[in-house]
Parts: sequence; structure tokens; C-alpha cells
Amino acid sequence: MFFRSKYSGSSFVELLDVDFPHLRPTLPERWAQEAAPAVPHGTTVLALRFSDGVVVAGDRLATEGHRVASRDVQKVYTTDAHSLIAIAGAAGPCIEMARMLRVELEHYEKIEGEPLELEGKANKLSQMVRANLPAAMQGLVVVPLFAGYDLRRRLGRLWKYDVTGGRYEETEFDASGSGGLSARESLKKVWRADLSREEALRAALQALTDAADEDRATGGVDLARGIFPIVASCTAEGVREIDKETIGQIYTQQVVVARVRAPGGGP
Amino acid sequence: MSIPFYVSPEQLMQDKAEYARKGIARGKSIVALEYDKGIILVAENPSQLSKIGEIYDRIAFAGVGKFSEFDQLRKVGVRFCDVKGYAYSREDVRGKALANAYSQAIGDVFTRELKPLEVEVIVAEVGDPRLVGHEDNVMYRVQFDGSISDHRSWCGIGGTVESIESYLKNHYRSGLPLGDALRLGRDALNAAANGATRIAAERLEVCTLDRDRAGRKFRRASADEVRAILA
Repeated sequence: MFFRSKYSGSSFVELLDVDFPHLRPTLPERWAQEAAPAVPHGTTVLALRFSDGVVVAGDRLATEGHRVASRDVQKVYTTDAHSLIAIAGAAGPCIEMARMLRVELEHYEKIEGEPLELEGKANKLSQMVRANLPAAMQGLVVVPLFAGYDLRRRLGRLWKYDVTGGRYEETEFDASGSGGLSARESLKKVWRADLSREEALRAALQALTDAADEDRATGGVDLARGIFPIVASCTAEGVREIDKETIGQIYTQQVVVARVRAPGGGP
Repeated sequence: MSIPFYVSPEQLMQDKAEYARKGIARGKSIVALEYDKGIILVAENPSQLSKIGEIYDRIAFAGVGKFSEFDQLRKVGVRFCDVKGYAYSREDVRGKALANAYSQAIGDVFTRELKPLEVEVIVAEVGDPRLVGHEDNVMYRVQFDGSISDHRSWCGIGGTVESIESYLKNHYRSGLPLGDALRLGRDALNAAANGATRIAAERLEVCTLDRDRAGRKFRRASADEVRAILA
């Protein structure tokens, strides 16, 4: 490795492409004619802006067809001190992309001595999603949400992506995955620009509960196993992953209690 | 056609070593010290170009000598570790492997190339009490000819390393809090520079590997923080 490497830039992805192509798996030729085999899929993730930043959340269920593949899969990842990715789609490529983005951002920061701008990070992810397009055409779709705090503009920002790497900034909220539509409908009813952090956390849990209510592939809260959605916020102070106890408390004391009265989550 | 003069291998190596030593002595020294929460690296560096850098979760780099050469080594180290951590696991990335790779690379240049690298580097790795077998701090020093040594408590590099070592031999105590460790580091650099006036806070580059931080332990102290600690 040492002085023999050809690559001399700041991108980890390019470093692998140039000097370590064996670490960059590509879709086997044989698949090109057939549909991809059945693999676990991650379902619902969402992100919303609030007064001081963004909240990102995801349920924990991965499904393989009609079966449960995993009950406690992680779909929300901290990519660096001020950004997060939430992923929906084929679980394998999704998790790999989240991991790769984290290494990419950290690598750039270490080589250059300062982090990328939030827009730069979002754009990098766009290229990674686009590179996955051939796999997406075979059914291995990766559609992430990217969110973070823009330290230059002093505001939380979030982006959604399509399979071609198309990148769309959302100014309010968005959700992705099989339960995404329900989650969006739920968020639409409660979102305001001046939501507090606590209100935003509650809105995120309500939206995931609504998604799990309407979509069989979205996991709800599993009290028996102690499995809760993963929720994180990002503000000027950085990313904060909300601990399980806090999530459990909001869920049991606010979401469940209200739904005994109004199961649809209404007022 | 001219016939090249014969130069004995001993003479050749001696000349190269002298050349490298001279280059290194032109710059300022750097010291790394263990303190109660990890490792602190202190450099006298009035410029904006860093001599200390983050390599990986628990590993930091410091280099003296020719900036372009040691900064290249730093970047290669980041690539080496990031690829390793990506291919295997983050815990598989260890300071010893990196220091060995530096030793090989720098030693190779010293024997093969006409001009040796005018650099000396520290690879510092902070221990993680949660990982069995990885609890201890360790610092490696790699010299211009590729010779490598491991150090506990403190480690210095640069032209004035003897004075730094003799100062620390008398003044170092284990378990120092951050502020005391920083002052000690500054005083050691000061003693080595034979300076009557203390090095100003603005001229110090200070980074820590803080065991208590989650994930990436490396942290660069801002000028304000250094000033506040030294005030």
C-alpha cells in the first residue's frame, strides 16, 4: 500500500476504485438478465426540520417478502458530527452505503483537515446512489434520506433521493420506504416551522406509529423485546442519538395513552 | 566518459544521515505526553499548516522536518488505516501496524533513494479500557532512517529531542490532569529551545487523544482553549 498507491486525492470511494477495486463489489454479470434474489428490505424512515435543526427516525423491521428478516435492524446512521443518513430499500446495499458514506466523510475531513460543507456531503451521497443504479434496476434499490445541520447557514436541512441519484432538498419533512406515504401524511398534519425538539420527537414517533398502522412491512414498538425506533436529532451542537429509555417514555406516556382514546392518532 | 568516484557505503549512509539530521534540526520539536485521560501532543507551530493530525479512532500523527514530506506520510497513513478499517473492523486498526509501515517506507527511501526523507514522526495510540488487551497507551517514534522505537509516558521528536527528554526525565509525573500536562509539554519545548521567554499560547498547536470521547478520540484544541488553559 504505502508509497505504491496511485491515488492521491481526498475521496475514499475513489481511493478504493483506483487502488483497491477488489473492495468495491459490483453486481455479477449473471444477474443482469434476471431479477435479483430475495433479500431483506428495510422499510420506513423519516426526517423533519424543527426550530433548531432536524430529527431523523426509522423503524426497526426488515422484511423478506412477507417474512420478518430482522426485528432490530438499524436504518438511521450518524455519518459525522453534523449529519445523518436514514436508509430504506434493500438492506445489504443500504447498510453498505451508510457505512461507506461515513468513511468517505471522515476520510475527507482527515485528509483535508476540515469537513465538507453539508451541501457537499449531500452531493457526494447523490453520486453514490447513482453508482448503485444498475443494482437498483435489478431490484436492489437504495433510497436514502440525508439530513444535517448547516453550520454556515445555521439551519437544519434535509434531502431525499431517487434511484438515479436525483437529489431534492425538502424544507419541511420527508419520509421514504414502504410506510413512507403514511408517515408523510401523519407529519403533514402536525408540522410547523417552530416545532420544539420535544414536539419534533413526538411527531416522528406518531408518524412511525401511523406508518406501522397502515403498512404491514413497517415495524411498531416491540415492548416485549424492548425494541424501539431509532431517533436522532442534529443541531448546531451536533448529532444526538436519543436513548431507548427516552423513546420508550414518549411512546408509552404520550403516543399509546392518546391512542387508547383515538386509535387513529387524532386529537 | 567520466568514471564515477568510489564512495564507501559507510560514507554514503553517514552523509545521508547527516543531511537528514540537518534538515530535521531546522524545524521545531514536538512532544507527546500521557495524561490522566489519554495522550496530549504539543508542538510549537505559529503557522496554519498542521504538524499534528488525526489518523484513526485512537491514533494520532505528529511530524517534524520537511512539511511536504511528513504531510504526505500523514495522508498515506490515513489511507492505510481507513482501508484497513473498512476491509476488516475499526478495532483492527492499530498504531503498531502503522508505525511499522512508516518504518518500512521511510527506511526504504533512506537506503534506496539519493535523498533521504528529512522527517521524524510520532504515531500515538490511546488505549480503550473497554477493549480487552487494548487498554494501554503507546507512542512510536520513527526516525529518518526508518529506525523505530516505542515509548511510554512521553515521546519527543525533532532536533532538540535530547534536551526534551532530559527535562521530562526530571519533571514528568504520571496521571497529570490536562492543564498540567499541557504546561509540562510547553515547558519541555521551552527548555529544549533554551528560551528565556515562554512560548506564547498562540504559537502552540495542541491536540489530544481523549479516552473518554466516544468513537473518534482525536481532538484539536482551539487557540482560545489553549490560552484559557495556560492563563
